[in-house]
Amino acid sequence: MIAIIDYGMGNIHSVAKALEVFGAKVIVTNKAKDILSSDKAVLPGVGAFDDAMLELKKQALIPVLKDFVKSAKPFLGICLGMQLLFEESEEALNSKGLGLFKGKVVKFKREGLKVPHMGWNQIKIKNKGCLLLKDIPDNSYVYFCHSYYPVLEDDEVMAAACNYGHDFAAAVCRGNIFGVQFHPEKSQVVGLKMMQNFVKLC
Amino acid sequence: MLTKRIIPCLDIKEGRVVKGVKFVGLRDAGDPVEVARVYDQQEADELVFLDITASYEKRKTLVDLVEKIAKNIFMPFTVGGGIRDSADIRDLLNAGAEKVSINTAAVKLPQLISESSKKFGSQCIVVAIDAKKIQPLHAGAGWEVYINGGRTPTGIDALEWAKKAARLGAGEILLTSMDFDGTKDGYDIDLTKAISEAVSIPVIASGGAGKLEHFYDCFKNSGADACLAASIFHYQEFSVRQVKEYLKERGIAVRL
Repeated sequence: MIAIIDYGMGNIHSVAKALEVFGAKVIVTNKAKDILSSDKAVLPGVGAFDDAMLELKKQALIPVLKDFVKSAKPFLGICLGMQLLFEESEEALNSKGLGLFKGKVVKFKREGLKVPHMGWNQIKIKNKGCLLLKDIPDNSYVYFCHSYYPVLEDDEVMAAACNYGHDFAAAVCRGNIFGVQFHPEKSQVVGLKMMQNFVKLC
Repeated sequence: MLTKRIIPCLDIKEGRVVKGVKFVGLRDAGDPVEVARVYDQQEADELVFLDITASYEKRKTLVDLVEKIAKNIFMPFTVGGGIRDSADIRDLLNAGAEKVSINTAAVKLPQLISESSKKFGSQCIVVAIDAKKIQPLHAGAGWEVYINGGRTPTGIDALEWAKKAARLGAGEILLTSMDFDGTKDGYDIDLTKAISEAVSIPVIASGGAGKLEHFYDCFKNSGADACLAASIFHYQEFSVRQVKEYLKERGIAVRL
């Protein structure tokens, strides 16, 4: 069973359906019991960092997510869901992140760069051992739609990089925790392959 | 490298595709999911669904439709048409739309842009602008913003409005040239270039695509980040893939 954490920050159906394509049983939930009894969990999300953390807090999900991660079961954050895995964001004045990865989420600022970074861009695989990216060719195109990105304190967690004005972390992984800045559930064949990889993880 | 996007646009009325999609072999050319699937296979970069349902009551079908599309098609899509407030936006995003496009409501109530971009993130708020060259034509005459599906002039300068929308937090501009729309004579390069240079958010050019050269001309000369087209794809004059191959051969970065 894969739990998709439904905390009111959008974009749940496509993630659920993409996982179901590969035979996964999916539960869309915000209940601690359901989440903790699942084999895997996905934290989706679009919107603002502050609002998302406030929702997680309001629904008492922060300790649940931290417990889940400690259990060593696979955990995937998508887009804003990935950013929430970091310590803090310059978008958020009132909230800290989950702090599962070290680093801060910042905005694209380079002169002449259009923000948001929107559309299909290529990724360079940095960690060939990252199971989420298994059999994903270098320079594959995935769909991005974001204005912020995490600056890693620990480069070793970089699983894939993307270049937009400069290199940034498109995917991170450490042990059972995965995060992708792009939308695998919207990235056609390449994204579905990653969803399949996630379903197959044990 | 971030690639230039090709975006087919589908008009939706009461949950069905209208304005004749002429695909051969489709069981139901009025089913948005089936049509979207064809464009997914052609590797369209995004889709835009524009709801032209007149009655507000019947618009509830739109949310169901968005949910159905998101469950079947794994590519990004934008939904627009008739969005009035932040609750409409929330419903469509929660149903699985990547972005929503607002037009009339944004002009009437610009705070809708700031509120919704703060709440849902700029990246999902597209401001659609329908612009028409101001008459009489003279140098620097500029373009005027129209609302209500192009029926109502506003007296607002398109360039100023685009800048304001971006400042308020819009994440993208979907720019339709009313002068060029339906002509098949190519995109409005002057308008698109003027808007694209005025804002630092992505701009989608719309209106006028009739030939392969038009896409190239637009990307080469207007600074657009994406080109939107409808009939050229619906009538299968060209597939999305053909357009992208043409662009790639001429050195425009596209995803193929």
